[in-house]
Amino acid sequence: MPTGLKITQGTFSYLPDLSEDEIRAQIQYGIDNGWAVAIEYTDDPHPRNSYWDMWGMPMFDLEDAAGGMHEVTRCREAFPNQYIKVSLYNPKLTKQTIALQFIVNRPNHEPGFRLVRQEGADRTIRYTMEPYAASQPHGDRYAD
Amino acid sequence: MAGTSDPARPRWMAGVMPYKEMGYWKPDYVPEDSDIIAAFRITPQDGVEPEEAAAAVAGESSTATWTVVWTDRLTAHDNYQAKAYKVIPVPNSSPPSWIAYIAYKHDLFEEGSIANLTSSIIGNVFGFKALKALRLEDMHIPREYIKTFQGPPHGIITEREMVNKYGRPLLGATTKPKLGLSPRNYGRVVYEALRGGLDFVKDDENINSQNFNRWRDRYLYCMEAVHRAEEVTGETKGHYLNVTAATMEDMYERAEFAKELGSVIIMIDLTIGFTAMTSMSHWARANGLILHLHRAGYATYARQKNHGVNFRVLSKWCRLLGVDHIHSGTVVGKLEGDPNAIQGYYNTLREDKVPANAVQGIYFDQDWAHMPGVMPVASGGIHAGQMHQLLHYLGEDVVLQFGGGTIGHPMGVAAGATANRVAVEAMIQARNEGRDYYKEGPDILKKAAKTCSPLASALEVWGDITFDFESTDVPDVLELPTPVS
Repeated sequence: MPTGLKITQGTFSYLPDLSEDEIRAQIQYGIDNGWAVAIEYTDDPHPRNSYWDMWGMPMFDLEDAAGGMHEVTRCREAFPNQYIKVSLYNPKLTKQTIALQFIVNRPNHEPGFRLVRQEGADRTIRYTMEPYAASQPHGDRYAD
Repeated sequence: MAGTSDPARPRWMAGVMPYKEMGYWKPDYVPEDSDIIAAFRITPQDGVEPEEAAAAVAGESSTATWTVVWTDRLTAHDNYQAKAYKVIPVPNSSPPSWIAYIAYKHDLFEEGSIANLTSSIIGNVFGFKALKALRLEDMHIPREYIKTFQGPPHGIITEREMVNKYGRPLLGATTKPKLGLSPRNYGRVVYEALRGGLDFVKDDENINSQNFNRWRDRYLYCMEAVHRAEEVTGETKGHYLNVTAATMEDMYERAEFAKELGSVIIMIDLTIGFTAMTSMSHWARANGLILHLHRAGYATYARQKNHGVNFRVLSKWCRLLGVDHIHSGTVVGKLEGDPNAIQGYYNTLREDKVPANAVQGIYFDQDWAHMPGVMPVASGGIHAGQMHQLLHYLGEDVVLQFGGGTIGHPMGVAAGATANRVAVEAMIQARNEGRDYYKEGPDILKKAAKTCSPLASALEVWGDITFDFESTDVPDVLELPTPVS
């Protein structure tokens, strides 16, 4: 059972973890809309970390969600204890952004974030947030 | 209307003559692509013929005064005179009313100035004695004029990328009670709602800087709440800090402080006026904060069918002058709004090409020339039990604001927020899986509630609450001939 603080980024983080069939259905919805399928992983889940590592290039020409599921599985095998998300990307004019994004893999233990308060004049506080995991070098994070 | 028709009378003879005969009624006129076109609902006084009433509106909203002036002859007056070119009777209207189409050359309006545009279009003319009532129903804005405006500081796409949230309606709530809470207690509500699962919390329109809650203290506590909620969720969160104030200087000061504290969003009220809104829009673009607009006061002139300005026109003006969010109706909530008309507002705000649509009350094709869209906000009397209806009517590029539906939850504010978040995620999941979510909505929610007791509790308290009143303003629908742009 995963422990710690469940990060709730992504569209379905408040639901029970999606089953394989449920992930496949969401990917198929994107494909049916003409969206590309992208898989990314990270060991730095800061909400403003825009650039998770890409698991290969986005898949623009998939016709069946099976191809996407295959890559989800391979990415999980390679990074079983990191965050992995699926993004469905809409390249249509005036859209050109992610249309749906959800987490499909998490570390066993999510230690969460440390909120650093820098106290200034007149009770003003500047806040910085650091993932506890990011205090370790890449490779040592989420080691268990 | 003054002046009687006399074909023998020379056009430039001093004195009063009908507007129709001064060039403001041109039934043969074919609007050019670059013209601004307005559709007015006119209700003339008894005995005033509709063509003359339409010509008078065209005249008073462009170059005319009540009498002939020779100085018109110093100008290319044919160009500057607005032209009423069509009047169509509104079926079954009592007193009788007409839709008048009036074309304006865009030379008539200063670039990038809604203040100037509105001073003409809804200026003197609305007080005209010869009319019983006048309503601006819609306006076609040509690309030439659109391109003179900044538009939304960020728009829907950039906002989603800024807050890193995709594929579902964003969720918000307005802090309640909206007046009376001390800054510290106020921040508590913000923290609980955000940590429970909402994306945004909001100041209400009338919380500015009263003696019980000064702005600077409120901002400090609210931003503490925002950052704490980010810490415990790992998500980007926001609170719309209302910078509405008595002067521009005050508003800039408040906006700067909000930025300094790390807020992603600020808020203004419609009551500050078009010019102040435009100034804050430019500030928001320059400083990278999302700009939320609360339409405080709009219903004083937008609600009645026979007089005022339809909200779809106000939507266009706000997209041009540039806001990122605007309150636009809920369909199912406690505030006024016909479902078709509201879908028309949402399309007007969000889409790039909006076709004329009589059912939605849209009179003209509107091409936004790729100006980014505005995120509509649905707020007022909505709750988790309506999630299927909200998604059906409003789509996913919308902020759903559950004020009472979060803060009034029997298990507490955070639980109320969680109920809303679970409901929206479950509904999106079901929709994407191809289910008939509108019909099956209640079952989808019940199933999601099995693993979420806050949602079960919300459904129990509010499941049956509806606000079913007849709207005071419904589009004339198919009774109008196909609109022309």
